[in-house]
Amino acid sequence: MNVSETPFDFVTASYLTRIGNQSAGTLAELLTGLEHCSDASIFHHTFQTLGTHHFLTEGFSNDFAQWTLSSTNRNDLAEQLATLDIRDYTSIAALRSDLCRVVRDFCAAQPQFASQSGLERFYFCESLEVTVHLGRSARNLDEFREGLQHLSHAGFYFHFISSRLRLQLQTNDFSHWLSASLGLRALADSINHIDVYTNTLDSARAKMLRLIDRERRKV
Amino acid sequence: MTEVLAANRIPLENYADVVGAGEIEELRALAKPLRGRSIEMINSTAVGGGVAEILNRLVPLAEELDLNIRWDVMKGAEEFFDVTKSFHNALHGEPYQAQPRDFEVFLSYNEQNRATLPLDAEFMVIHDPQPAALIDARQPGSNHWVWRCHIDLSHPNRAVWDFLEKFVSHYDGAMFSSPEFSRQLSIAQYLFYPAIDPLSEKNCPLEQEFIQQVLQRYQIDPQRPILTQISRFDRLKDPVGVIRAYRIVKRYFDCQLVLAGGSASDDPEGALVLKDVLRAAEHDPDIKILELPAWAPREVNALQCASTIVIQKSLREGFGLTVSEALWKKKPVVASAVGGIPAQIIHKHTGLLAHSVEGTAYQIRFLLSHPEIAAKLGEHGHEHVKENFLITQKLKRYLALFLMLDRRP
Repeated sequence: MNVSETPFDFVTASYLTRIGNQSAGTLAELLTGLEHCSDASIFHHTFQTLGTHHFLTEGFSNDFAQWTLSSTNRNDLAEQLATLDIRDYTSIAALRSDLCRVVRDFCAAQPQFASQSGLERFYFCESLEVTVHLGRSARNLDEFREGLQHLSHAGFYFHFISSRLRLQLQTNDFSHWLSASLGLRALADSINHIDVYTNTLDSARAKMLRLIDRERRKV
Repeated sequence: MTEVLAANRIPLENYADVVGAGEIEELRALAKPLRGRSIEMINSTAVGGGVAEILNRLVPLAEELDLNIRWDVMKGAEEFFDVTKSFHNALHGEPYQAQPRDFEVFLSYNEQNRATLPLDAEFMVIHDPQPAALIDARQPGSNHWVWRCHIDLSHPNRAVWDFLEKFVSHYDGAMFSSPEFSRQLSIAQYLFYPAIDPLSEKNCPLEQEFIQQVLQRYQIDPQRPILTQISRFDRLKDPVGVIRAYRIVKRYFDCQLVLAGGSASDDPEGALVLKDVLRAAEHDPDIKILELPAWAPREVNALQCASTIVIQKSLREGFGLTVSEALWKKKPVVASAVGGIPAQIIHKHTGLLAHSVEGTAYQIRFLLSHPEIAAKLGEHGHEHVKENFLITQKLKRYLALFLMLDRRP
């Protein structure tokens, strides 16, 4: 069994939600908010919300899409916002740019809806991350499996989803370590292809454990 | 620890069966850097009300994580609580003409409490407006003070809020139950959801036999759909609107309506609302209006468990934890999009939101016609509560807040 010189340190993160001073009652105001809100706010309503609503595996992608659907009843725009996949982004700036483009194009094409008031207001919030080490690390695949199995939802989310922004690569902490430290590129790729939108955090983890077990049987 | 807190102690490990061992390990990891650090929670009542209920659960759990936490209740006489009740209603937007004497009474009791409470913990958490002026005891740069506001400040009485804001702005941060309740403040504002305890009598699993006994006691037919709203008899909970929605549904479904709330005998306004509700019910044998004893958690639990659909048709709402209670029991919920309810009900995912009597009736009919969708909403609702509105999550948020305050330069 491969042993890594660099251990995988399991970390967990807790998130505080900071309420911003911006809100939107119309699509035009949503666009203004998207243009001016902080990066932490874009992160909160896209990456973070996927973690806190991971159990919804159908029709829920991010807060902007959900508000557009439930409050303004614009299914067409909601669908476009929902199809922006956070796995395609390694920077908040790029994600913000696409969110703005989608809303701007819609408002330009259908100006009659841009200033129509929604049922409820949208409040821009921010995520503040607090991380702590769990005191558990792995140097081989067995130890890695053990740590993964016992990880909380927040810890799993931190390593599997929000890590994409930290790494600024099209991958996650798990895949990055498996590939770079244990040389298990195929396993790393398979894990990176687990769909975070159609899986809950639990089902994604179960798939990951099955992939690891298959790898262990090869040894 | 007080006897009340000792009686409420449920070992942290017991929650592992509910939330998973990983979540408990995470709480311990977050608490580790805070071991032995002092925290003081202050509110204005030891029993009754949501804040006391939460602190009763939260403080023993924090102690188990080796935090040096204490909970103090500020003291006040009737004149103080009369003023703070008026303030409370005024902050909720009710008309109120504040008199200079009211502010003097408020300040005087806060000053008295400043002289008797320790107020020297590293992390001071002050709950609600009553003790807000205790902040004046703070020495510059000495400890961290945060204000937890459990009420809706979206439309406050100007005079009362202007008075309070002078104190609130001296805190390091303020926590609100919904972004909608927050104010434009110079200090940081955080979203802190209230929470339910999954192991409390109101939310723990019940034996089917007990549920049947409760239904029998109140002559509720378990064979026909049961629509339930649990709330005190208060106009803002719109019990008459619920009856109107039920009547629309009744045209299509042979259902029953249960309106259950605390006794209105010692609440003059509640008694008037109850009278209106009884009048609106017009002796319909399928409408059960239940005045439950002040503290009947197991009965409330049983009624929620037995319900086909739970309703929360409030006109205004603080957070509406009864929604989380119902979702935790995997019940489909139809609720108004007010206050903290949209945080709990993600429309079409964890329940259905409505904006009128007719809308409420329509959503109920839809769910009665599509039990498979109702079941799915209930399942998702349960997961949503597990992820966001349990006492363990609340404890985690506090730990994150203390760590963040501690790490801030």
